[in-house]
Amino acid sequence: MHELSIVESVVTSVAEWLEDQPSTARVKTVTLRIGALSGVVEDALQFGYEIATEGTPLAGSLLCVHRQPVVIFCQICAEPVELPGVHSFQCPRCGTPSGDIRKGRELEIESLEVEDNE
Amino acid sequence: MSQTTRIVELRKGVLKKNDELAAALRLRFHDSGLVALNLVSSPGTGKTAFLERTLRELRLAGEHPAALVGDLETDNDAKRLASSGAPVRQINTHGLCHLEAEMIGRHLEGWALTEFDYLFIENVGNLVCPSSYDLGEEIRVALLSVTEGEDKPLKYPAMFHSADVAVITKMDLAIPCEFNLEAARRNILAVRPEMRIFETSAKTGAGFEEWLAFLAAARPPVDAFARHEE
Repeated sequence: MHELSIVESVVTSVAEWLEDQPSTARVKTVTLRIGALSGVVEDALQFGYEIATEGTPLAGSLLCVHRQPVVIFCQICAEPVELPGVHSFQCPRCGTPSGDIRKGRELEIESLEVEDNE
Repeated sequence: MSQTTRIVELRKGVLKKNDELAAALRLRFHDSGLVALNLVSSPGTGKTAFLERTLRELRLAGEHPAALVGDLETDNDAKRLASSGAPVRQINTHGLCHLEAEMIGRHLEGWALTEFDYLFIENVGNLVCPSSYDLGEEIRVALLSVTEGEDKPLKYPAMFHSADVAVITKMDLAIPCEFNLEAARRNILAVRPEMRIFETSAKTGAGFEEWLAFLAAARPPVDAFARHEE
């Protein structure tokens, strides 16, 4: 259960960003991109988010999670292919194993929805 | 009063701070000429016994290994490892389920890294959380014991996938546990094609010749060069 540490890092990062914004700016939604190989569980993130934002400028904001499936590069098909899961790193089309991961490790703050009251 | 809503693209790594600290550690390890290894497994896999024998054998061979050992509360593991004669320091995480790069940096203070050939970092027993945290290691070692079941790599693919090599421990118990070695190897290779797998027993010493040869070949750290230049 390291998701609470993860959301705490998210809250710190966004709060830092917010410091450089006009005081009227308010964060409505924080969107994360979470790769299937990031080792992070979405439900636990959601659970931790409310606790981590309490008493911060992000209190009351929503957490939105975009899941990124694993994409490997298949030498035989000569192109990137998306995997249906994380239990078998072989091309779903031709069956060739590949350790060349192109996507799926992401753990990043993708975007913020910000409301400005003027 | 008017209200406008905008979308701001941030594209910022959540663990950016840890990644930056880890990158600095990697450079430091490399410049000191040592190979750093991060050992990850479930609780009870036998990381400490495996490391204890590794430290002892390396010292017998005239090498200079050191170890940092993570634990939730106790310093039992550090005491065990120190019996090998190698410098060992305990990192108590006080409930935190993984080690972070900052803790590594803090616990290296006062050590002259150039005097070491290897730095082993024994992570907290946990197959989930440590996978997200880079500690600046050159080689991540995922351990799996014969008592745990052959499907562990399929249950924790992120961890096994993030590792560079796999070590199967307690091979002396393989027969009584009816351990299916072939299935275990197949499952490891399913989540990490072409991963090198060592079959070891810290009790009998089986597999250590191959493991120590691997460690010897890891110096000078060509891996570190490759990663820096990425």
